[in-house]
Amino acid sequence: MDRQAIMEQGLTQPLVAPLLSPAARRRQLREKVIAGFITLMAFTGIAALILIIIFVAKEALALFTEPEARHEASLSKMFLAQDVAPGRPPFRWQPVSKIPKVSMIPLFVGTLKTTAVSMLVAVPLGVFGALFAAEFAPRRLRELLKPVIELLAGIPSVVLGFFALMVMSTVVKEALGFDRPLNAMLAGLGLALAIVPVIFTVSEDALTSVPRSYREASLALGATPWETAWKVVLPAAAPGILAACVLGFGRAIGETMIVLMASGNADVISWSLGDSARSLSATIAAEMGEVVVGSPHYSLLFFIGVQLFIFTFVLNLIASTWTRRVVRKLTGGAT
Amino acid sequence: MKHGTRRAVGLALTSLTGLAAFIIIAMLGIILFNVVENGAGGVTWTFLSKPPEDGMMGGGIFPAIFGTAALTLLMTVAVMPVGVLTAVYLHEYAPPNSLFARFVRVAVVNLAGVPSIVFGLFGLGFFILFVGQGMDRALGHEEMYWAQPGILWASLTLAVLTLPVVIVSTEEALRAVPMDHRTASLALGATQSQTLGRVVLPGALPGILTGAVLAISRGAGEVAPILFTGAAYFLPDLPTHLNSQFMHLGYHTYVMATQSPDVEATRPLLYSTVLVLLLLTFALNLVAVIIRTRTRRKAAGSH
Amino acid sequence: MKAIFGSLVIGLMLALPLSAHAGNVTVKGSDTMVILGQRWAEEFMKKTPATKVQVTGGGSGVGLAALQNGTTEIAMSSREIKDAEKQKLRARYNTTGVEIPVAKDGVTFYVNESNPVTALTVEQLKGVYVGDITNWKQLGGPDAPIIIYSRENSSGTYVFVKDHVLDGDDYAASAQTLPGTAAVVNAVAKEKNSIGYGGSAYAKNIKELKIKKGNEDIAPSAENIKTGKYPLSRDLYFYLRNKPSGDAKTFIDFALSPEGQAVVTKVGYFPVK
Repeated sequence: MDRQAIMEQGLTQPLVAPLLSPAARRRQLREKVIAGFITLMAFTGIAALILIIIFVAKEALALFTEPEARHEASLSKMFLAQDVAPGRPPFRWQPVSKIPKVSMIPLFVGTLKTTAVSMLVAVPLGVFGALFAAEFAPRRLRELLKPVIELLAGIPSVVLGFFALMVMSTVVKEALGFDRPLNAMLAGLGLALAIVPVIFTVSEDALTSVPRSYREASLALGATPWETAWKVVLPAAAPGILAACVLGFGRAIGETMIVLMASGNADVISWSLGDSARSLSATIAAEMGEVVVGSPHYSLLFFIGVQLFIFTFVLNLIASTWTRRVVRKLTGGAT
Repeated sequence: MKHGTRRAVGLALTSLTGLAAFIIIAMLGIILFNVVENGAGGVTWTFLSKPPEDGMMGGGIFPAIFGTAALTLLMTVAVMPVGVLTAVYLHEYAPPNSLFARFVRVAVVNLAGVPSIVFGLFGLGFFILFVGQGMDRALGHEEMYWAQPGILWASLTLAVLTLPVVIVSTEEALRAVPMDHRTASLALGATQSQTLGRVVLPGALPGILTGAVLAISRGAGEVAPILFTGAAYFLPDLPTHLNSQFMHLGYHTYVMATQSPDVEATRPLLYSTVLVLLLLTFALNLVAVIIRTRTRRKAAGSH
Repeated sequence: MKAIFGSLVIGLMLALPLSAHAGNVTVKGSDTMVILGQRWAEEFMKKTPATKVQVTGGGSGVGLAALQNGTTEIAMSSREIKDAEKQKLRARYNTTGVEIPVAKDGVTFYVNESNPVTALTVEQLKGVYVGDITNWKQLGGPDAPIIIYSRENSSGTYVFVKDHVLDGDDYAASAQTLPGTAAVVNAVAKEKNSIGYGGSAYAKNIKELKIKKGNEDIAPSAENIKTGKYPLSRDLYFYLRNKPSGDAKTFIDFALSPEGQAVVTKVGYFPVK
């Protein structure tokens, strides 16, 4: 009782800050400066992202402000069918021409084709491989798989493109009876090599974070290990695995060198995988050297960059919301 | 379902997953085998130390090795301070529910997802055209001195690209330093910055080194960002100034594979170049793995 | 320790830009001309090692763009400079540029060695490349689809063929674009139903088509190209912003000298005189 009265009394009186010696004050100041400097450094991460958005968009802005650019590369020219000449296809990407044709549609189709092939190959390989590593593999094999995946992840994309161009092209062409050695299928396979490590690693993380109690409960109820893996663990890790796929998809859309070397770079709109394709990123890489700074073609390429940025940004947002949902489900929501 | 069928189906599906893992291992093996088989013969000391001759059909790739090394060195000098300090802020200084820290994390995650070619555009639009032109104007250069592709801008572009790698590795390293170390230091009267400099950072050094090595490995392999920020195919000189162009192993591979005048003649050279590039990236990754396992073993052992 | 290292690096970085540049000539542009440019540079630097010549490819468009952007002194181009490009030069540098022909070339269309077709008219070539003619049997060959190889739009050869063969029409969408003439040759050599085009110096392991004009089949031979009889003969150019001076002039003089022109023949093109 007494003590409480004393405490209450102490709290009603204003607290006086203890006096500091000059040395201590200097030390406090130095601490504040250091803390401020470090906080400033942290700002560079945000600054870099904002600067990228600003400066890439800035160079593309001329498309909407300059009259010459607006005429040559208007939004309608980019996305709507053009009636250029009788008998000629309506969607073409030929920016270097008397009448520049700047339709983005063949580029979208090309990007989608190669990305779709890569996902169709990489998702089963990555997810099943991760499942094997997380659930079925003996420890020795698991220890082997991890460095293998890391090595694969460490291969620069230019080397994967080189491999696709020099080695895989003839094999794929003979095996699938294509007309052309450089086509969407080849580019997709090369891309798959690049994104399998991403899908594998993130899926494996998701699978191993499923609590052991899930597995133990399932086995205790009489399920076999494979039933447990397929019907209990996999569904529990599903949001994380989906996030892995979305990350892989984002990586595949933005990948440049592999597609540049292996796809044939033809602005064809066709659904056949044996035809060549031209992707958004490869177009930037191939044509950027040719453009004169400030020309409509230049702004157009930057505009493609803006589109790529937006796509990957949205995909990353989706992936991170899904991962957050996994974490919440496995830790917060689990009873 | 009968137990027998269940087991059979189970075996079938499990083998499917095993097959997937096998295919992945096999693909890596095929790539490595193919490159080593075709390239090993050409990787001689002359190859590594001489410049290219005979229209790229002879000689060596020393300038490309030098260019790659110089590029990654500059990039590392640029990215390490910024990346480490950002991670330090996020882990050591940021208040628990800080909105600013959340923004920084979101920015870093998104930075990691930006396509590499967009970084190339950023390098061109920001560093070369904005900063470079500004510098030229400020320093009174009439001709374009800074406002053109060069090794400085290429390395800064790569620094921005590898920033997330450094931040994530450093944060992991900081997390691995036990809290007790920090509290003990503070209890003994050290300030936060003293604790940071003398206890935390030295303790996190292996993880920070891992981050540096991973960043270097990434920077040495990326080609798209340097396509129009400084890489070149045939240069008579090594890059001696910050605005020089440079040769680069990855860029060299790309040009040789797609534009060489005589594909059959340059094939051995091309394979050897790829082998050197792969050896470089693998060696770096191996170093990172070794550091990481050593730290984990030490941490597990000390507890 | 870290501070010493750090300040050393910063000191180095600050010192470097202040050091002067040695004599340097930048040459950029046409992929058709890049081996020629490199050979010239090699021979020239053997004679005058103090001057460094830097040669990069990328396409005629790249070279001319660099000329306008100011990032090169000499632009190699396998096509004539466009009016729009001349205007941009005038707007920025108050000059319409200087054009110097340095060699002659004939744009050749290649087919695979196993292809029975030996000569085509310019109209037939146009038909193939705009996508109207799609099967070899329409040209007297086997019944097989025509696989078209073309160049990226930065290539001067791309523009030359568009202007002189396609009459300004667009290439077929199915035309696969390859980044260099060598890549085209390589692809045609491997693919029996393909057709491609490029400078005559690159033709190896493939068959060069003769151009049918009237009753004659004109081959892209040295004679026909020098005299201009071959319909797709063209000049290869160096473009500069102003009249050549200093190191650039010495280099160009070398290229046009008998020694330099001998290099032209060695590489597979034809001397300008």
